[in-house]
Amino acid sequence: MRITQGTFSYLPDFTDEEITAQIAYVLGNGWPCSVEFTDDPHPRNNYWEMWGLPMFDLVDPAAVLYEINECRRAYPSHYIRLNAYDAGTRQTTALSFIVQRPDEEPGFRLDREESSDRRIRYRLHPYVLDRPAGQRYV
Amino acid sequence: MTAFDMRGPAHDDPPHDGGDGPPQGGGDGPAGDGAEPLPEDATVDLAQERAESHVDDVLDVLDAELVGLAAVKTRIRQIAALLLIDRLRARFGLSTTPPNLHMCFTGSPGTGKTTVAMRLAELLHRLGYLRRGHLVAVTRDDLVGQYVGHTAPKTKEVLKRAMGGVLFIDEAYYLYRAENERDYGQESIEILLQMMENQRHDLVVVLAGYKDRMDSFFASNPGMSSRIAHHIDFPDYTDEELAAIGDMMLRDAGYALGPETVQVFRDYLRRRREQPRFANARSVRNALERARLRHASRLLAGGGRVGREQLTTLLPEDFLSSRVFD
Ligand SMILES: Nc1ncnc2c1ncn2[C@@H]1O[C@H](COP(=O)(O)OP(=O)(O)OP(=O)(O)O)[C@@H](O)[C@H]1O
Ligand SMILES: [Mg+2]
Repeated sequence: MRITQGTFSYLPDFTDEEITAQIAYVLGNGWPCSVEFTDDPHPRNNYWEMWGLPMFDLVDPAAVLYEINECRRAYPSHYIRLNAYDAGTRQTTALSFIVQRPDEEPGFRLDREESSDRRIRYRLHPYVLDRPAGQRYV
Repeated sequence: MTAFDMRGPAHDDPPHDGGDGPPQGGGDGPAGDGAEPLPEDATVDLAQERAESHVDDVLDVLDAELVGLAAVKTRIRQIAALLLIDRLRARFGLSTTPPNLHMCFTGSPGTGKTTVAMRLAELLHRLGYLRRGHLVAVTRDDLVGQYVGHTAPKTKEVLKRAMGGVLFIDEAYYLYRAENERDYGQESIEILLQMMENQRHDLVVVLAGYKDRMDSFFASNPGMSSRIAHHIDFPDYTDEELAAIGDMMLRDAGYALGPETVQVFRDYLRRRREQPRFANARSVRNALERARLRHASRLLAGGGRVGREQLTTLLPEDFLSSRVFD
């Protein structure tokens, strides 16, 4: 099941050329970029691991693409996303999208739990979480 | 509709780059804008191509702004010619390996190395070799860290800032300390070497410094030497060139030498050269700054009325009271 999240979630994954065009737009706005990765696809997993610090004072997209590629090399089958932070007026993430995903995305299972008074609680369980971190996508 | 057509925000407000850089990815050489190659028997008008590239604007500024430096200017012209021809070759579908443009500028202080590097960045941008053409000037302290694990991120940070432009490393030999094999500079050199090779199309590295020290730096770092295609020497200026540089600086600043001052200024330059810490064109600039100070004090001390003539003319005494004449 294909995970969707972020700015371009319903588009096909970007090529490096398309990613570069987005980075150029981001840098043109003066937003610092950062790269993050994870192997936990749960939608509530907001805080992914940081690949280094956010990148300030860059002028050229190649520099950001370089870090994306370094992260891809270190984590060839993790999810990787690119974030752009608007430190100006909005003070929030201006743009965020996935730049790499695992080949196989097994998806989620819906768990039902019966609690008091016949109430039912639902829980999303990513199948990959059955395996330990680091061995989830191989 | 492809994903590319639907790019979100990039639609309404194009980035300030305007997309005039070379295409990304694959590093398939300058100006391969994906157009059909020209037919086998086509010809292109060189003069027109040259005019459209606006290289001559930069080359003319280089000529007009910098006195002397004939060998340096020739080399820069050669590089401009090569890049221009490469662009044409690409239009014909001929293979073009982007040339290696990492350089080493050697020469005494104040011989124009930084200035030329700035012009070079601009030129390479015009010719589509560099996407942005900015200059990031650094020294050892900007690259090398203070503790284990500090150097690599620091060096990479600088390299990333320089991407799309020129990284100018002043006194690059301080990166290597022969007497301390555990010096963090070595780590910085290794990252530089790697990036100079792998990100060749994203940035141009210029090393600068004194000739003799640079030579011994290269002797102990053969990897660095072999990645540098252009070694350009900036000779010390002759007395005539220094005087011409002085004239140019004065003109820009709106001053002139009085008739008797011309010879005094030449004497000043000749004597200054013999003194310690002589820095070619920079010494000229400093001398003129001090002459302006004396000129201003002299006018104020004199009182009375002054006109354009007095406000712009430097007199012999504005130079003669310098320590150089002691
Ligand atoms: N040929 C020249 N004609 C006119 N001005 C010059 C020339 N060469 C240098 N200058 C001027 O001299 C000053 C010093 O030049 P620059 O900073 O480029 O020297 P540098 O070689 O980088 O010196 P350092 O090795 O000390 O860094 C600048 O203000 C520059 O404009
Ligand atoms: Mg300099």
